[in-house]
Amino acid sequence: MGLVESGKMPAPLTKLLNIGRKYSLWMYQWGLACCAIEMGAVIGSPRYDVMRLGVIPFPASPRQADLVVISGTVTDKMVPSILRLYQQMPDPKYVISMGSCANCGGPYWDSYSVTKGVDQIIPVDVYVPGCPPRPEALLEGIVLLQERIMNEDPAARWRGDPIVVD
Amino acid sequence: MTAVGADQRQQMAYVATQAADARLNVEIETEGMTLNIGPQHPATHGTLRLVARLDGEQVVEAEPIMGYMHRGYEKLAEVRTYPQVTTLINRIDWLGSFANEVPFILAAEKLMEVEAPPRAQWIRTALFELSRIANITLFLGDMAVQLGALTPVFMAFRDREFVLNQIEAATGGRFHPNFDRIGGLKDDLPQGWIDDTKQAMEKMRDFCDEFEELVLGNEIFQARSRGIGIVPAEVGLAYGLSGANIRASGVDWDLRRDGHEALAYDQVDWKVWTHPDGDSFARYWVRLQETREATHIVDQLLDGLPSGPIMAKVPRIIKVPAGEAYAATENPLGEMGYYVVSKGDLVPFRVKIRSASFSNISITPWLLKGVYVPDIITILASLYFILGDIDR
Repeated sequence: MGLVESGKMPAPLTKLLNIGRKYSLWMYQWGLACCAIEMGAVIGSPRYDVMRLGVIPFPASPRQADLVVISGTVTDKMVPSILRLYQQMPDPKYVISMGSCANCGGPYWDSYSVTKGVDQIIPVDVYVPGCPPRPEALLEGIVLLQERIMNEDPAARWRGDPIVVD
Repeated sequence: MTAVGADQRQQMAYVATQAADARLNVEIETEGMTLNIGPQHPATHGTLRLVARLDGEQVVEAEPIMGYMHRGYEKLAEVRTYPQVTTLINRIDWLGSFANEVPFILAAEKLMEVEAPPRAQWIRTALFELSRIANITLFLGDMAVQLGALTPVFMAFRDREFVLNQIEAATGGRFHPNFDRIGGLKDDLPQGWIDDTKQAMEKMRDFCDEFEELVLGNEIFQARSRGIGIVPAEVGLAYGLSGANIRASGVDWDLRRDGHEALAYDQVDWKVWTHPDGDSFARYWVRLQETREATHIVDQLLDGLPSGPIMAKVPRIIKVPAGEAYAATENPLGEMGYYVVSKGDLVPFRVKIRSASFSNISITPWLLKGVYVPDIITILASLYFILGDIDR
C-alpha cells in the first residue's frame, strides 16, 4: 500500500478500500457479563447472525482483530487486561462498548469495584445502550460503525491530519 | 556422496528411534509448568481465571481466581429500596434472571407477613421454570461446544429464543424481567400467552429429544465425559454442592420438593432426577432431564392456573418491619438464598446472598487434581457456573 503510506490516495480508491474494510471486520468478543449472552446470540443465533453484515467472530487472538466488543461490567480488576488487549490489536482498530455497564457503569454506578465506563481507559467508537441491549441493538451498532469506516480516509494518518469523521 | 545400503539405512533408522526414545524418557521427567486459563476464556463462562500447575500433561494443582466480576451486590443492596434491589439482583445469574428475584421477594414477604395470592404463586412458579429452561438450554449447547461440537450451541441459541419470547411477552423484559413484587406480580398474563407457551414447551421437548440423540448419544461426547471429574456424594456434600451437580452424584435433594417456600411445586406432578455416577456425563444427563421435566411442570401449571387477583394488599411505599428472614429456592444453578436483615427502613440493613455457583466452583481444586489438561475444560463446563453468580 504505497499509495496509502504516501498520503495521496485518490478518492475512488479510498472508497474501494473502505468497502473492503467495512465488510471484513474481525470481531474480538470480550464478553464479561449479561451482555455477553446477547452478544453470543448475535454470533450464534440463526435469528440474528452477525456474519451477514460481514463481521467475522472468533479470531484466534486480538492480534488478528479489527474490532473489539466490550460487553458487560468492567471491574477495576479487569482493567489491566482490557488495556493490554487494546494495545495488542493492530491499527486501525475499533471499539464498541456494549451495554450500560461498559458505557457508564450502569446499575453499578455507585459500586466500589466497578469502573464507570470503559471509555476511561480506551477510546470507544460506538456506544450501544441498554441493560442488556437487545441483539438488534448490537447489530445496529455494527452498522453505525461500518458507516463510520466508510467515511474515513485511511491515508489521513500518514499525512498527519487529524482523522475527522462526519 | 556415498550410496547408503538397505541394511545401513535400517541401522540408521534403529539408532534414530533409540535416540528418540531416549529423548522421550528425558522429556517425561518434566519440570513443572504453570498454565494460566482466563480471565477471558470461552471455557470459563465469563471471567474466571484458573491457574494450573502442570506436570507434563497432568494437573498437579489448580486454583480458581475469582473477583473479576465482583460488582458488590451485598453492599449496593444496603442503599437500594426493596423494589430497587429486585432490579439489581436480576443480574446475578444473568441466564435465569427471574429465578434470582423469587427468593429475595419470598424473604421480604416473610418479614412483611404477606403472602402472594395463589394465582401469583402459580405464575411465579411457571416463570421460574421458564427461566430455568432458558438457562439450562444454553448449558446443553455450551458444554457440547467446549468438547468440540459446534452445532449444538447454534441449536441452543435458536430454540432458547422461543422461551425468551414467552418471558418477554409476559414480563416485558427479554433478559431481566424485574416482574416480581412483594405480595404478588406486576401484571397478569397477557391474552393468548398460555397457548403460545404450551407450543413453545412442545418445541423445547423436541429440543431435548434432539439433544439426547445428538449429544448424549454421541460416541466422542461419551468418551470425553464418562468417568471424568467424578464427585462422590459425600465429597460433594462436604463442599456444599447443590442443584444438578449434587443430584448427578446420586443425592436425592431438591429444594423445589424439599423446601418450604410458598411456590406451587407441591400442586403439580413431577419427579426429581438423579444419576448415580457423579461424572461429567451424569451432570449433563441430569440437566437435560430437568429441562424436559420443567416443560412438563410449566404445562401442568398453566393447565390448572387458579383465577383471582395477582397482588396482595401491600402499602404503596414498602417499609419492611424489623427482623431477619432467610429464603432459598432451587435455582437453575443450585440453591440460591437470601438472608435479609431489616431494621424497619425503606432499605434492607444487610442482605447476604448464598449463590450456588460459588459453592459449586469451590470443589475445583479438589476435582482438578491429577486430571489431564483437556479434562479441565470438560469438568469446568459440566460444573456449570455463571460468573455473576460466583463473584456477585
